[in-house]
Amino acid sequence: MSSSTDAAPRQRPGGLGNPGGDRSAGRGGLTAQRRTRLLGLLLLLVLVGVAATLSIAVGSRSIGLGSVWQALTDPGVPTEETVIVRELRVPRTALGLMVGMALGLAGALAQGHTRNPLGDPGLLGITSGASLGVVLAIYLLGVGTPAGYVWFAFAGALLGTVLVFALGSAGRGGASPVTLALAGAALSALFYALVRAILVSDTDSLDAFRFWVVGALAGRGADVAWQVAPFIVAGLLLALVNAPALDLLGLGEDVARGLGQRVWLARAVGLAAVTLLCGAATAACGPIAFVGLVVPHVVRAFTGPSHRWLVPCSGLLGAVLLLLADVVGRVVVRPGELQVGIVLALIGAPFFIALIRRRRLAST
Amino acid sequence: MTQLEQRTAAETRVHQPGETTVRVGPVSGRVRWRQVTVVVGAAVAVVLLGAASLGRGDFPIGLTDVLRTLVGLGEDTQEFIVLELRAPRIVVGALVGLALGVAGALFQTFARNPLASPDVLGITQGASAGAVAAIVLGGTAGGSGLLGGLGVPLAALLGALVTGLLLLVLAWRSGIDGYRMVLVGIALWAVAAAVTDWLLTRAEIYDAATAYVWITGSLNARTWGEAVPLLVALAVLLPAALATSRALGVVQFGDDTARGLGVRLVPTQAVVVLVAVALTAAAVAAAGPIAYVALVVPQVAIRLTGGARPPLLASGLVGAALVVGADLLTRTVLPQALPVGVLTAAVGAPYLLWLLVRGRRRSTL
Amino acid sequence: MTVNTATTTLPRAGTVRLAAESVSLAYDDRVVVRDLDLQLTDGSFTAIVGPNGCGKSTLLRALGRLLRPVGGQVLLDGHAIQRTPTRDVARVLGLLPQTPVAPEGLTVGDLVARGRHPHQSWLRQWSRDDEAAVAEALTWTDMADLADRPVDELSGGQRQRAWISMALAQGTDLLLLDEPTTYLDLSHQIDVLELVARLHAERGRTVVVVLHDLNLAARYAQRLVAMDDGRLVASGAPEEVLTEQLLADVFDLEARVVPDPVAGTPMVVPVRRLR
Repeated sequence: MSSSTDAAPRQRPGGLGNPGGDRSAGRGGLTAQRRTRLLGLLLLLVLVGVAATLSIAVGSRSIGLGSVWQALTDPGVPTEETVIVRELRVPRTALGLMVGMALGLAGALAQGHTRNPLGDPGLLGITSGASLGVVLAIYLLGVGTPAGYVWFAFAGALLGTVLVFALGSAGRGGASPVTLALAGAALSALFYALVRAILVSDTDSLDAFRFWVVGALAGRGADVAWQVAPFIVAGLLLALVNAPALDLLGLGEDVARGLGQRVWLARAVGLAAVTLLCGAATAACGPIAFVGLVVPHVVRAFTGPSHRWLVPCSGLLGAVLLLLADVVGRVVVRPGELQVGIVLALIGAPFFIALIRRRRLAST
Repeated sequence: MTQLEQRTAAETRVHQPGETTVRVGPVSGRVRWRQVTVVVGAAVAVVLLGAASLGRGDFPIGLTDVLRTLVGLGEDTQEFIVLELRAPRIVVGALVGLALGVAGALFQTFARNPLASPDVLGITQGASAGAVAAIVLGGTAGGSGLLGGLGVPLAALLGALVTGLLLLVLAWRSGIDGYRMVLVGIALWAVAAAVTDWLLTRAEIYDAATAYVWITGSLNARTWGEAVPLLVALAVLLPAALATSRALGVVQFGDDTARGLGVRLVPTQAVVVLVAVALTAAAVAAAGPIAYVALVVPQVAIRLTGGARPPLLASGLVGAALVVGADLLTRTVLPQALPVGVLTAAVGAPYLLWLLVRGRRRSTL
Repeated sequence: MTVNTATTTLPRAGTVRLAAESVSLAYDDRVVVRDLDLQLTDGSFTAIVGPNGCGKSTLLRALGRLLRPVGGQVLLDGHAIQRTPTRDVARVLGLLPQTPVAPEGLTVGDLVARGRHPHQSWLRQWSRDDEAAVAEALTWTDMADLADRPVDELSGGQRQRAWISMALAQGTDLLLLDEPTTYLDLSHQIDVLELVARLHAERGRTVVVVLHDLNLAARYAQRLVAMDDGRLVASGAPEEVLTEQLLADVFDLEARVVPDPVAGTPMVVPVRRLR
């Protein structure tokens, strides 16, 4: 929990503390947009708190807020409830916070870099690479726990992105969004072909893989959270560093370079951040669609196009969304659970379609 | 500035090299020899691969015997193997490749986006969800009896059509914007994928394994019972697709330009999407969602023919060659029989990558 | 109205700020500009003219270090521009590409504020200088009232003003503009060029602008540089460059050149296209 909630306010001294902020030029005082942004940020912070509390309190066994508080603060004799809170709910909530934040941040960065509201980290070969890593770990090494998958998934995600960029930018012309997307699609096709070749011929692998690929927080303990935390924190820092550069890149590469931005550096930092964030998130929970795609669209409604606001707020909303979806998944089919990846797709898709239909789409 | 330059160059060269104008009576047209070469080459490849495929397998039959069997002079066992076991499988493979290639080319041209294929738009995933539902729920007692009773191909057809119609309806706002369609398609894909994955986790592992083979796309044990309906569907849909081809070339320039050039936009859009959805559904019902054919093949075809957009017929034939060839590989080279869907991706994807790295100049659609 | 009546070949005595030394430029294998030399002095106002595809925008991109020459080099204040840190260049040289596109929903104030990027750092994100420069740029371009409006909702003329305002807030001595009047009606073309001319006259900016309209170029610039097929064919005061012979050679245009009744600068009256 600590790493993610600390990180978001860290942006504030830079983004908010300055008199005048990054706009208000020519006018004094708080303008309407600035107020909206501040309110939105505050609301998000509150929502993160609410979602985290719900995630700790709600489950197949509901625990009162008093007991939750006691479990978190009182080091006394462990009861059944305090054990559930400390050993299961808190790690799960912390992981949900981190993963949701990572996916939101990665989505905002990917969309900013591609200048494409469709930009999704999954297109860059991260998901397919991670899937291949996990399948190989299961098939060849007999790994069978989420904690065991993490390193293989992460290695696969790294391999996927690096290959996509190497292939997408090989030869003349360099990396354009179109060649990157095609390279990502082609490489994903290849990776999934290998995944399927293994899964159709080995039932045991399929049996393990099918529970990874739905995307879930369940069954991930504190060990998984600790494994991915360093990468997510590093990715978070890179993302925050990268945000101002995205504002310049949004004006077009020529203007950005004219204003003294080293474009390749900004791209490299952005790519590294997306890989770390999305790779770590996928490694921890399996592929989770929609957070990275939908969250920036929602956030943009109140932040406007400024990435100094958009990127951190997307991280916060991602965390909120993932935690709430996880809570919903625990409630709807009690005593069973609906995996968070499923819940997100079922809630996210209609919402996303409504969003698409409402907006006039400007494909840049 | 460069655009203007190119335009003037094109104007001066109304008659382009590698192109012959044909005028016979009231009929006139231009023949682009490179496209013709690709179409003919792909067709020849399909026939050769098919012929080779008829003879190969666990029970090899020589080419002469294959030919004798085809004209009705073979022995009974050979006749059974060639005509009843292998021929339908190959015909289904070729037709499925054809349908998926054309559908992919239609979608990609229409959306002006190389990623727009039935795979990405959720249509094949919808078919998978339907099929998995039929296998999983039909396999265990107490499941949805209706869905289970439908049979897998019908459930897949239904899944694909429902997803396709949802795509059409949800992306429709006084016409279809290609971009909006891709976005809606991605959302539908995610829902269908979530349902599929969830059903797989709920299933008995044996049902899950069966379902997994099915959603990978397989030609195993296909009979004339699958081939004939597919043939009928294609006989209707393929001419319809080719008929939209001319209008599509104009639609590609953007809505306003297309209207200015006299294309009736809204009907064209609806027909294109419906035909593409129907082609996909027919193919998927016959052989399962053979992965990535519709995504990769049009991109390969466009790089072979060198046009500005995926050529429909060439895409179809390259698709057919890919599927038949991949099926031949699964049955001969590989030690273990894999579903053909694994091979189409494993063969098609590296080829697309190679084309990307090598033919760098045009990174457009 | 700021109308230049240039009388000397060199616009104004001064040091050379920006120079191209036998520069060759190419996209992939296609050479667009070959062995071109050009010197731009401090405080000058230069317009680059030429037919479509002659390489003028390409040259401007190279002058603004957006395109690395395949031969020769571009010097900014005597130093190779490609070896100067890009942020240092950005404090001296501002540029505006042809028809830049702002992200949807970006306000004019935000756009102009982004022009301050070269002067900002992680610690110094919004100094008094920044605020003052943005406020001044907005006022100076008459955009202060529109500061809260999204750029994509503005008219073409206002939008171009907003971008020029951003370049102004950047506070650079040199300003490179690529066809700033594209897609504007005549009165807005005049409006934009008046603004640029004021930047030059009142703020002492060194301006290089690629222009299509020869008459406007002759009226506002002190010096014309004519290009044809990647080469520099003429350079000097508008009177010296805009001759009937040059119009025939470079533009394939039979034309009369008469004095502009308003400004006295040369004015091209086309007769017909040659060939």
